[in-house]
Amino acid sequence: MTTPNTKIVTSKAPAKEVIKDASMLKQKEMMAAHYDRLTAAPQTGAKVAATFVPGNLNELVMCFDLVNNLPEVNAIQSGLRRVSGSYVLEAEKIGHSEDVCTYVKSDIGMMAKGNIAPNGKKFPNPDVLLLSYTGCFTFMKWFELLREQYKCETIMLHTPYMGDGKITKGMIDYMVKQLREEVIPTLERVSGVKFDIDRLRENLKRSSRAEDDLVRVLQSAKAKPSPIDAYFGGIYYIGPIFGAFRGTQDAIDYYRFLREEVEERLANGQGPVTPDGDMGKEKYRLVVEGPPNYTNFRQFWKMFYDEGAVIVASSYTKVGGVYDFGFRHDPSKPLETLAEYCLGVYTNRSLPMRIDMLVNYINEYEADGLLINSIKSCNSFSAGQLLMMREVEKRTGKPAAFVESDLVDPRYFSAANIKNRLESYFQMIDQKRSGAHAAA
Amino acid sequence: MATSLNPSTTADIVARANALFEDLSFSAARAWKDAEPGRKVVGYMPIYVPRELIHAAGMLPLGVVGGGDQLEVIHGDAYYQSYICRIPRSTIELGVSGRLDFVDGMLFPSICDVIRNLSGMWKLMFPKVYSRYFDVPQNYRDEIGGNFYVNELAELRHDLGELRGKPITDEELHSSIALYNENRRLIRELYAFRAERPWQAPATEVYLMVRAGLLLPVEEHSAMLRDYLAATRADERPMRDNCRVVLTGMFCEQPPLNLIKSLELSGCYVVDDDLLLVTRWLTGEVATEGDPLRNLASAFLHHSESTAAKYEPNQKEKGQHLVRAVKRTAAEGVIFAAPSFCDPALLERPMLQHVLKEAGIPFIAFKYAENSGQMQPIREQAGTFADSIKLWSGA
Ligand code: SF4
Ligand code: SF4
Repeated sequence: MTTPNTKIVTSKAPAKEVIKDASMLKQKEMMAAHYDRLTAAPQTGAKVAATFVPGNLNELVMCFDLVNNLPEVNAIQSGLRRVSGSYVLEAEKIGHSEDVCTYVKSDIGMMAKGNIAPNGKKFPNPDVLLLSYTGCFTFMKWFELLREQYKCETIMLHTPYMGDGKITKGMIDYMVKQLREEVIPTLERVSGVKFDIDRLRENLKRSSRAEDDLVRVLQSAKAKPSPIDAYFGGIYYIGPIFGAFRGTQDAIDYYRFLREEVEERLANGQGPVTPDGDMGKEKYRLVVEGPPNYTNFRQFWKMFYDEGAVIVASSYTKVGGVYDFGFRHDPSKPLETLAEYCLGVYTNRSLPMRIDMLVNYINEYEADGLLINSIKSCNSFSAGQLLMMREVEKRTGKPAAFVESDLVDPRYFSAANIKNRLESYFQMIDQKRSGAHAAA
Repeated sequence: MATSLNPSTTADIVARANALFEDLSFSAARAWKDAEPGRKVVGYMPIYVPRELIHAAGMLPLGVVGGGDQLEVIHGDAYYQSYICRIPRSTIELGVSGRLDFVDGMLFPSICDVIRNLSGMWKLMFPKVYSRYFDVPQNYRDEIGGNFYVNELAELRHDLGELRGKPITDEELHSSIALYNENRRLIRELYAFRAERPWQAPATEVYLMVRAGLLLPVEEHSAMLRDYLAATRADERPMRDNCRVVLTGMFCEQPPLNLIKSLELSGCYVVDDDLLLVTRWLTGEVATEGDPLRNLASAFLHHSESTAAKYEPNQKEKGQHLVRAVKRTAAEGVIFAAPSFCDPALLERPMLQHVLKEAGIPFIAFKYAENSGQMQPIREQAGTFADSIKLWSGA
C-alpha cells in the first residue's frame, strides 16, 4: 500500500503547512467521528459513560451500547487547541487550588464555560461515571467532583496497586467481583441493555488483534533508523486504542493500516514523519518517561527533531495499557482479562517495575539515554522520578536528563529552559560517545 | 505494662510528650527496641494501618509523619521536584540520615500517589528493610471489599510473622485489638473533653498527646492519656472568649506546632480536627472474639473515619462527616488547612466547602508546609475569622 505524506493546513496556523502521514489523518477522522457521535447523543438517544484512559473498559462499555467520553482526552484536546489555559484559570477562579492536577481543572473549567467539544457542539451530560480507579488517586476526586455537578450514577471500580510488583489472585478476585456485582449490574440498569458475555468476548477478540499490530508498530522503533517517533508520534498511535476504539473493527483497520505504513517506512529505511516533514538523519535515540506538554506540543517536538533526536520508546504510551511485554486481552477469560489489563497499566506499576521497564527499553531499543519530562500536575508519574533517573543511569550507564513542564497549563512551559537543558543533554551524549570511542 | 506513669502535673505530662515529639532520633523507640533482644520496630506513614497486627507480632508500631520544622533537609530535596509536598522529602531525609536505621519494616498506606510511589523508593533505597504498600479497599461490601481487605491483612500478618520468626496467633491479635480499642476509647474521650472544655485541653497539648501515640507502645500511651485527662480535669484554667472551630485537611503532612498554637492565640479554640487519624480511624469497638482479621475488616468498612483518601459512594453523604463534626462539637466555623501541593486535601476542599455553604457554616482556607516559619499571615487570617464569627453570633 502506498502511504503518501499529505499536506494539510490547520486553521490555527494558516501560514504553516503541517505534514501528517496518512495514518495520522485517518486517526484524526476517527477521533472527529467519535466526537460527533458523542455530541449527537441527545438526538440519537445514546447513553454516555464518562471514564478514564488507564483502566478504560471500552469492551465492556460497548456491551451496553454506551458511548464513552474520556475527560483526559478532552483535556488533551483543549491543550492542543490552546484553550486549556483559560479553562484552568476558570477552575481556579471558582475555588480550585493552583496546586492540583490541571487535567481536572481543564475539565471543570470547560464545564463552567459551556462544555463545548472540539467539534464546537456541546458535550452531553454523562449518564454514568465509570470511575475506573487505576493508577492515580486524583481520579477518585475528579469523578466525585463531576458527580457533584451531574448528580448521576457513579461506579467505583477499584484497581489495587501493584506495590510488590505482582498480580495476586486476591487482586483478580476482588476486581472480578466488583465487575460482576457492581459494574455490570449498574451498567445494565443505566443503559437498559442486558449484559451478554459473548458480546464481550467478541469485543475482546477484536482488541487483541489491534493490540498485536500496535505492538509491532511500537517495536519497529528498534530498527535504525527508527521509522517512528514513539512518543510524539506515538501519542497519535495510541489515541484510538486508549480511547473509544479498543474492541472495534475500526481499531483493527486503523492499526493494520498503521502497521503497513510503518513497515513500508521501515523497508525504505525512512525515519519518522514530523510536522515539518521527514525527519533528517537520526542522531540520537532516546527513551522518554512521563507525559508530554500539550499546550506547546509541536514546539516541544521540534526541539527534538531539529536535533535529529528520535524517541524510540516511552512510558506514556503505556498508560492506557502495557502490551509490549505480552499481555493481550483474552476472550477466554473475559472478566479476568479486564482485571489484568487494569492492574498492568503503567501508572499502576510499582516504581521498581517502572524502572525495570525503562532500563529494558534503553537496552532493547539501543537508546542513548533517558529523558524525563516531569509533569507538575501529575504526582502519579512525577513523585519519585528523580530516583528513577538515577537508577536508570546507574543500571544502563547511559546519561539521563530531566525537564519540567505541565500537561495542559501553559504557564508551566518554559521553552527556553527546556531547550537549554536538551542542548546540554545532546552534548553530553556526544561526549559520552566520543569518550566511548576513545576508550575503544 | 504501666497503667500510670504517675507524673504529677499536666505540665510534666505535656513536657514528656513534647520531648518525644521533638526527638528526631526516636530515642524512645530505640530504647524500647534495645531493652530486649529480638525486638523489632515497624514504621508506618499516614493515613491508616492496622497497628494491631504489628503489636500482635510483639513489635513496636512507629508512626513516621515527616520531619517537622526542626529537621534540616539536606538530601531529601534531591529526590523531589519543587511542586511535591514536604513530607516525602523529610521522610527520605530521616531515612538517608540514619535516623530510621533501627526500623525493621515500613508500611506505606494507600493515601495518595506520593506515598504510594515512596513505597517503591523505599524498596530501592533501603533494600534490607521490609517495606510494603498497604492497600485498602474502596469498595465497602463485606463480600467484595471485605474479602480483599482480609486478604491484604492476611498477607501482612504472614509477613510480620516471618519477620518475627513465628506466626501471629489469633489470641495475640485479639489481645492487641483489645488494647487498641482501649486506646481509641481514650483518644475519643480526650477529643470529647476538649470539645466540651477547650480551654482545659489546648489544641497543642491534645496534639502532643495524640502524637505520642505514634511513638510509644500502646500500653504506655494509654496510661499517658489517662494521666493527662485526670490531670487536666483537675486543673482550673481560664476560659477565653475564643470561637470554636473544626480543623480539616491536616491528615497527612503535619502542620508545625506553632501553627496550631497560632490558631489558638488568634482566638480560635480547636474543637475537632483530622490530625493523626490513625489513632482513631476505627470509630467503634472492634470485636475481640471470632476471626480477628474479619473483625478488623468489618470495622474498617463500616465504622471508620471519612477523609479525602476514601471514596464516598453516596453523593448525599459527601462532606456530611464535617457537618456532623461541627454539630457534635458545637463549632462555629471550619478552618481548611492543607499542605501545599496536597492533591487529596486540595481536591477535596471545594466539595467540602460546598457542603458547608449549604449548611450555613462559615469557613476559611489556607495552605501550609511542615516547615512553614511565617505564622503572621495565618494568625491574621484566623484572627479576622474569629472576630467575624463573634460579630455574627453577637448580631
Ligand atoms: S494526576 Fe496524572 S494520572 Fe492523575 S489525572 Fe492528573 S495527569 Fe492524569
Ligand atoms: S501531604 Fe498530601 S500529597 Fe503529600 S503525601 Fe500526604 S496526602 Fe500525599
